[in-house]
Amino acid sequence: MIRLSSNDTVDVTAAFGADETDAAAANGSATDEVREAMLSELQEELGEAVVESHIAAGVDITVRVTSEAWASTAEFLKNEMGFAYFNFLSAIDWLPSPFGRDMDSQVDLALEPAAEPVEPEEMEHGLAGGETRFQVLARVNDVAGHRAVTLKADVDDTAMSAPSWVPVYAGANWHERETWEMFGIEFVGHPGLRHIYLPGAFEGNPLRKDYPLLARRVKPWPGIVDVELMPTEQTDEADGEAPETPAAAALATPGESTEETGDA
Amino acid sequence: MSSTQVFAELAYWQQTGIRVGAALAAVLLVAGALVYMHLFKAVSFMQSRLGPMEAGPYGSLQLLAEVGKHIQKEDIFPTKADRFVFGAAPFVVLASTFLLVVVVPAGPDAWFIDSELGIYLGLAVSSVSVLGILMAGWGSSNKYSLLGGLRATGQLIAYELPLILAVVGVVIQAGTMNMADIVYAQANGEIFGLGIVGNPYILTQGVAFVIFLIAMQAELAQAPFDMPVAESELVTGYMTEYSGMRFLLFFIGEFATAGVFAAVASVLFLGGWYVPGIDPTADVMNLLGPLVMLVKIVGLTFLVFWTRFTMPRFREDQLQRLAWKFLIPIALANIVVTGVLKVAF
Amino acid sequence: MTAVSSRQQLNYIAAQAADARVNLEIETEGMTLNIGPQHPATHGTLRIVAKLDGEQVIAADPVMGYMHRGYEKLSEVRTYPQVTTLVNRIDWLGSFANEVPFILAAEQLMEVEAPPRAQWIRTVLFEMSRIANIVLFLGDMAVQVGAVTPVFFAFRDREHILNQIEAATGGRFHPNFDRIGGLKDDLPKGWIVETKQVMKKMRSFCDEIEELVMGNEIFQARTRGIGVVPADIGLSYGLSGANIRGSGVDWDVRRDGTTGAGGLVHSELDWRVWTHPDGDSFSRFWVRLQEVRESTKMVDQLLDGLPSGPIMAKVPRIIKVPAGEAYVETENPLGVMGYYVVSAGGLVPFRVKIRSASFNNMSITPWLLTGVYVPDIITILGSLYFILGDIDR
Repeated sequence: MIRLSSNDTVDVTAAFGADETDAAAANGSATDEVREAMLSELQEELGEAVVESHIAAGVDITVRVTSEAWASTAEFLKNEMGFAYFNFLSAIDWLPSPFGRDMDSQVDLALEPAAEPVEPEEMEHGLAGGETRFQVLARVNDVAGHRAVTLKADVDDTAMSAPSWVPVYAGANWHERETWEMFGIEFVGHPGLRHIYLPGAFEGNPLRKDYPLLARRVKPWPGIVDVELMPTEQTDEADGEAPETPAAAALATPGESTEETGDA
Repeated sequence: MSSTQVFAELAYWQQTGIRVGAALAAVLLVAGALVYMHLFKAVSFMQSRLGPMEAGPYGSLQLLAEVGKHIQKEDIFPTKADRFVFGAAPFVVLASTFLLVVVVPAGPDAWFIDSELGIYLGLAVSSVSVLGILMAGWGSSNKYSLLGGLRATGQLIAYELPLILAVVGVVIQAGTMNMADIVYAQANGEIFGLGIVGNPYILTQGVAFVIFLIAMQAELAQAPFDMPVAESELVTGYMTEYSGMRFLLFFIGEFATAGVFAAVASVLFLGGWYVPGIDPTADVMNLLGPLVMLVKIVGLTFLVFWTRFTMPRFREDQLQRLAWKFLIPIALANIVVTGVLKVAF
Repeated sequence: MTAVSSRQQLNYIAAQAADARVNLEIETEGMTLNIGPQHPATHGTLRIVAKLDGEQVIAADPVMGYMHRGYEKLSEVRTYPQVTTLVNRIDWLGSFANEVPFILAAEQLMEVEAPPRAQWIRTVLFEMSRIANIVLFLGDMAVQVGAVTPVFFAFRDREHILNQIEAATGGRFHPNFDRIGGLKDDLPKGWIVETKQVMKKMRSFCDEIEELVMGNEIFQARTRGIGVVPADIGLSYGLSGANIRGSGVDWDVRRDGTTGAGGLVHSELDWRVWTHPDGDSFSRFWVRLQEVRESTKMVDQLLDGLPSGPIMAKVPRIIKVPAGEAYVETENPLGVMGYYVVSAGGLVPFRVKIRSASFNNMSITPWLLTGVYVPDIITILGSLYFILGDIDR
């Protein structure tokens, strides 16, 4: 399945939904019986609590449940469906970066000056949708049955809390500490939410999108030196004045690189 | 005129000077030789590397360089250390080694003291090092050191017993505790009527010899009994806080004690300075004897370091179990058998 | 803790009762031992705060973060090809294996598939990085138990593997060789013959370790029955790799992958997954030893059946990944490693969740270390086999 994708066919602002239909079309009519069965079993037990789901046939299944049902879903998966293996737990902040493109790599800016300035984008959610800014994300496996499911749940913007999985999966302990530290999501029922990576006095939640990566903001990104100019461009440079910094060099010749992107 | 008479004519201070010099040579030169031959070279070859190659021919002066380095280093005392205890500990450990070496004879007249209690005295003073190690562990005010010191104490006390019991077999067979007389007993003895090689007690006291070696390994705190040091868990235990000269004293003490214990073992089990074919009381043995002893020491310490760099480490409780449940009963049985046979023949 | 096996509970209760009796007569208090962050047994900068009663551990609390580099945040400001440079540094002993799941996730999002030859060579390097990684473990575990020599043999023989990796990729430790849609280069001339000889050497190394370390009575006394992880507890903590297979769980992502990822060709090889029923430190060592042997066989088979063809699929020069989400996990040397990649459509990932093996493997330590002796802390940590970069990311 080698698809010749070029810059033209891949739109930066493409909606997530478009991709889903695309994938479904690519897989043809191949239905995924195992994952369909898992989904229906979950829906049967949890009923309304299963908000939305997404099955990429032959690849993966994502199920979004209500945050109230977050812990009971885990219990059901572990005790009734055999998903005894805890894989990971984390969260996603769906807020588009308020820092605009300057949080992107400066190569982007060099290559696509047209993309600036960008209005703050609409918040868009990924697979299985969502309504809130934060979503908790977890994955559990059925080791014997070779099955796995990715679970998501919305986290209320004001309460910023979710039920803890620690009573169900002991391994969730550290993962919830990490998520609490990185996103500021409280896990109700966790035996001890302490910092795990950062020093105890650390303030802020680094993985939130509105937490600035200061190193990137205070000085030009050193990675910019990686942008090699095309040989033709370099001969041009030799005649004219040499740009002061590599970043300036990249910025001085915008547009041309993008033309080269058609094929490797 | 025998060498004893020449020696007796010297003044007391001259005799003392010679004895002190000889003791220093016996401890330090042997320790240096062991460090170079075993730690730097033999072990390196086992571990498929060359060892030191730069200082001197084949790195033979490396030890001097190391000593020079350690002397230059700052002598650090931890803030909360018990300064006197901390500072004195390495000397106590080394003192035990020097006290032990005085009982070992290296020739018919090449001895430091000729005591009827020889081996008894030696075993008594060898325990002094426990005190030094416990002092180091406590004085460092470091938890790792404390654990190391306590482990060492428990271990050394537990292995003192099989060590002594193994020696008792030899003493029964030789009928004396005088080290020189033990050598003569081996040289003049015979097995099944064959006196060609004498009767080194390794042949008749083989069990005791093995027990002695195991207990010696534990006394020296070498792997598989190196829990007091335990680099991968206690980070060298009681030595953690030592630097510079004091660390060097511990380091020398480790190898010097290995050499001295090997000397005791070679006297007890391998016939000391005796080699078949030469009368052990001949004057020439005063010169040859130390060399013969050196060969035997190097051979025995090779076993020690070979084991050390091959074996994993016991856990503390497993070590105690080995001592109390296996070594001591076997050593006691050995004494009973030796006693019965001694009376029977 | 919710899950406590009867053995540990009994030990603990017995210790408490003995304590209470002593405490009536003599006043005793526990000691807090700080293991790390600068300690040789922690392979870096892990710190374990252990509360001791004598030499028995009452409670152990690992403290991490001394090496936290924030790769999840940094990935959000780097283009996809640049992220592989970061993730190379997660498990630095088997670097190439770190790149693979990330590249596969990106390929899945882009709907690109590497050509067959690239997939086979990718699998060869993937398995070779496993060998390079675990060979060092086999020697290092002996050091943790107190035998100094085997680790020198491990370093000596790992050099052969690193030389081959360097010959093919140009990097001994951080190859940065995997690309979206294939590999950077083809194999150099003569590489296949040399690699087969190296595989022979690795097999003889395994035999050597088996005799020198595994057959040693003291090693067995120190590891058998120590640090027992029952299968259900291992699963709930998310242990993976040899740690869970050492508890008798027959699960290997190379064979039982749930993420539907192509890109590696283990399914076309003749190999088996080794498990051990005991769940102790020894079984984890044993399983890893067998895994190295399996990997050498796999590499041999792969080199025999290497298909010809291009090394790169057709991908744009500037990698833009369509919007979507993908999770791909692979069986890395340390265990299951996965990347949950969220793309908003662009040059940089929107969010990358790195699921590293050691983080889960180590999360069991507070439970596992309770009731053991200080020397066993070291063997248990050694047998769980973590790498700090893989915990702290």
